[in-house]
Amino acid sequence: MTASAAKPVLRVQDLAVTFTSVSGGVFSRKERQLRAVDGISFDLRPGETLGVVGESGSGKSTLARAILGLIPANRGRVQWMGEDLTGLDEEQLRQKRKQLQIVFQDPVASLNPRMTAGDIIAEPLWTFYPNMERLQVEERTRGMMKMVGLLPNQINRYPHEFSGGQCQRIGIARALVLNPRLLICDEPVSALDVSIQAQIINLMKSLQRKLGLALIFIAHDLSVVRYISDRVMVMYMGQAMEVSCKTSLYRRPLHPYSNALMKSVAVPDPRLARRLRQESWLTGDMPSPYQRPKGCIFHNRCPFKIKRCEADVPALRRMESGDWVACHRAEDLDLSI
Amino acid sequence: MSEKTALSVDDPFAAALAMEDVPGRSLWADAWHRLLKNRAAVHSGAIMGVVVLSVVFGPMLLPWEADFTDWDHTSTPPSLATGHWFGTDAVGRDILVRTLAGGRISLLVGLVATLVSLAIGVTYGAVAGYYGGMTDRIMMRGVDIIYALPFMFFVILLMVVFGRHIVLIFVAIGAVNWLDMARIVRGQTLSLKNMEFVEAARACGVDHHAIIRRHIIPNLLGVVMVYVTLTIPQVILVESFLSFLGLGVQEPMSSWGALVNDGAQDMESAPWTLVFPAVFLTVTLYCFNYIGDGMRDALDPKDRL
Amino acid sequence: MALLDVTGLEVRFDTPEGVVKAVNGMDLSVAAGETLAIVGESGSGKSQLVMALLGLLAENGSASGSALFRGQDLMQMTPRELNGIRGKHIAMIFQDPMTSLNPYLTIEKQMVEVAMHHQGLARDEARAHAVEMLRAVRIPDPEERIRQYPHEYSGGMRQRVMIAIGLLCEPDLLIADEPTTALDVTVQAQITELVGELRQQRQMAIILITHDMAAVAEISDRIIVMYAGEAVETGSVEDIFYRPHHPYTRGLLASVPRLDRVSDEELQAIPGNPPNLQDLPSGCRFRDRCSQAMEECLQRPPLWTTGGGRTSRCFLPMEGGYIAAAEGPNEPGEPVETAEVRDASAAGPGDKRREGAA
Repeated sequence: MTASAAKPVLRVQDLAVTFTSVSGGVFSRKERQLRAVDGISFDLRPGETLGVVGESGSGKSTLARAILGLIPANRGRVQWMGEDLTGLDEEQLRQKRKQLQIVFQDPVASLNPRMTAGDIIAEPLWTFYPNMERLQVEERTRGMMKMVGLLPNQINRYPHEFSGGQCQRIGIARALVLNPRLLICDEPVSALDVSIQAQIINLMKSLQRKLGLALIFIAHDLSVVRYISDRVMVMYMGQAMEVSCKTSLYRRPLHPYSNALMKSVAVPDPRLARRLRQESWLTGDMPSPYQRPKGCIFHNRCPFKIKRCEADVPALRRMESGDWVACHRAEDLDLSI
Repeated sequence: MSEKTALSVDDPFAAALAMEDVPGRSLWADAWHRLLKNRAAVHSGAIMGVVVLSVVFGPMLLPWEADFTDWDHTSTPPSLATGHWFGTDAVGRDILVRTLAGGRISLLVGLVATLVSLAIGVTYGAVAGYYGGMTDRIMMRGVDIIYALPFMFFVILLMVVFGRHIVLIFVAIGAVNWLDMARIVRGQTLSLKNMEFVEAARACGVDHHAIIRRHIIPNLLGVVMVYVTLTIPQVILVESFLSFLGLGVQEPMSSWGALVNDGAQDMESAPWTLVFPAVFLTVTLYCFNYIGDGMRDALDPKDRL
Repeated sequence: MALLDVTGLEVRFDTPEGVVKAVNGMDLSVAAGETLAIVGESGSGKSQLVMALLGLLAENGSASGSALFRGQDLMQMTPRELNGIRGKHIAMIFQDPMTSLNPYLTIEKQMVEVAMHHQGLARDEARAHAVEMLRAVRIPDPEERIRQYPHEYSGGMRQRVMIAIGLLCEPDLLIADEPTTALDVTVQAQITELVGELRQQRQMAIILITHDMAAVAEISDRIIVMYAGEAVETGSVEDIFYRPHHPYTRGLLASVPRLDRVSDEELQAIPGNPPNLQDLPSGCRFRDRCSQAMEECLQRPPLWTTGGGRTSRCFLPMEGGYIAAAEGPNEPGEPVETAEVRDASAAGPGDKRREGAA
């Protein structure tokens, strides 16, 4: 389902989150700054899915939490339906939670082991509609369970009695029970077996269609995100390297890092895998976040770098195709897969 | 050759939508079953059951009261003939009935003082741990300061000002024990607060009070319960110690500690006045410790986050 | 002769709810220098299988069967004898390198200890050997880095260190349990490449255990697909990926999101949940999730084979194959003529005919 040309429901502008760690004793305090999210901007339209891909240390989970106000941002703005979330106080923000929801990575850890599945799903209802009748609450809870593919007769069971995939469904039901307009999924399938991943991805896709949600789907794997996204943002060390629409990204990525990610995905095809192996070029590890490279943050691992990359930070800029990329050489590189 | 028919892979929903709700098995139920398998804990539980029944009903069934003085039988050793199965003390009071009545007091002190420390300690610790920051720092400094005060001094002060009323004993002991409980609860809260399901609750807009009530405290209860079962014997010992110092319950009420104190004085001439209360006291302490240990094993970390 | 030859391996656990059979009569063999991948979901028994071989089962677990390693039966060995084999002849790498490494000891201490113990080397020889191994797994500046602590390494590098420790004693067999699962995609690719290189350079046999078939496509020689404690399909890597037979294998392959295919099709997910080992369906264990289940599947399916280690436990006929062993109404050893059998992948439900059936 393509996004309409309507006004964006979510607008993130230059969002930044910095963690400060203090070390040393009383006499020699050393402060170190970790720029987990370093200036991210994007728009999201109603019914659109933005896939966010990055490896550990890319800041994607921190980004999710910062958008929702679960952790404070140091810089930047988040506008939801025209209203500035970053300026709200705690109570006002809390009220907004009805519309902005999140599904977490670890399905089991995100559920209170002492509450039944029904209670977990109903809790948001208790919170925002304390006067709702018990029967009504139960009915809505069972309805949600059906919608996410759980048998309603499991309503009194505890999280440890469900499988990982089922726990994730409970988490999704809880996130959707208040009819939010935005759902952020923070690596919802990473902790699940490959065969269950497909079920959950299909479920998310159909729920999004049915409910008209704006969706941000975070993953560390480009292939997972492909099935569900309209546009994809590739993050590296807190910055956006590329934000492209799906069709162009997977055919011809604009940023070398996107190209490297694509080459690294494991394919269930031995001959193709061997071919991709010969073409892959990314070596080394992500640098320590405390020793960020100057200039383009990817330059020390990039085979296409030029002198300019070591000094100038490339801004995220719009290309003719409407896609955005942060690379000095975007015009002359052909990174087609 | 016959046509093979496809096995109908039933749409699980069609069949199951009509099914009854499946009961869940909570982690508490699991823990309870594990506890029941622990022989030491179960036996201790049974023994404690017997002790409790005898201290509650025993004195009613015996022919004499705790303060009845039998002038014909002073300092007599235990014998079935005299009817004094545990013997008598220097003024002719039956040791058996005194032991049981004393048990009432000791167990009552143990229970009530622990409940007081539980109520104060859990709330205090959970609030300090959850809100963190300055609130936590101030609250815990308060605990540190009170901790530093000498307990005895505090109790003596209370006794002097308010007299040796039994309720005061509950208060005094509870008022000191809650400190440990608060620290433990605060520590647990600190780690619980960072659990993903607490973050999930915040993301759902649940307010702070509800989070503490629904998410933090139920997940603390395991640790708290273990600590409570180990606190009760501690409290009983403290009361015994107070009695030793002459600060415990006042005559004619007695406690195991007071009885042990009295018995210790006649230890050489009338050892039974010491032995019986001491045995009851010791057995109770052992049993609570075994039960506490059993609970700790039953509430396995694998379960508890 | 195979390096490792396992027959009839069964692993049972004593739980409060009764005896659970995690592994139900598995056979497998690994030749020297060969890489075998064991693929299965959680609960398939793949990890327990290997734990049983090395005597690492939990207290309430027990195993039976035979496992001949270099002519000796691992299942009959005492813990002490197994201790001598583990680390030295068979090395094992676990999933999470952070918890496998002691955070309080430097890498040097951990590696040198292993080398001295198992190979009887003197300390400086052991150290030199350890540095060599770190170099072999592409750790930059191994002389310097060996003195660091685990937390000073990144996740991918820690996994490399684990592999290096595994290689220290030049084992005949390296077993890796989900070696790339906890890692980022680019790091996974690097580790996979590393394992591929080691495979070529050394005469070491490798067993890879994973739930992600794609991760092992490049580096395996043979694959065993497990479900609910049994091998449902085995074969060479080409057979399994290009000519899969069992519906579960086909389901797994179809459910992996692919970069090389058109993306608007839906992912073909396998319906249902992983099996509950205490409540398995009768007959074929996969039948309540199988899109091609038939009435016969209520019986235990026969084992089809084309010889040469290619097997599939299913009622669907295998092209060019014959039934090697059956626990159902079928007779073993009846070759099926290719002309009479349609390719299983083309057949739909209710469409099966089998020669020899009444």
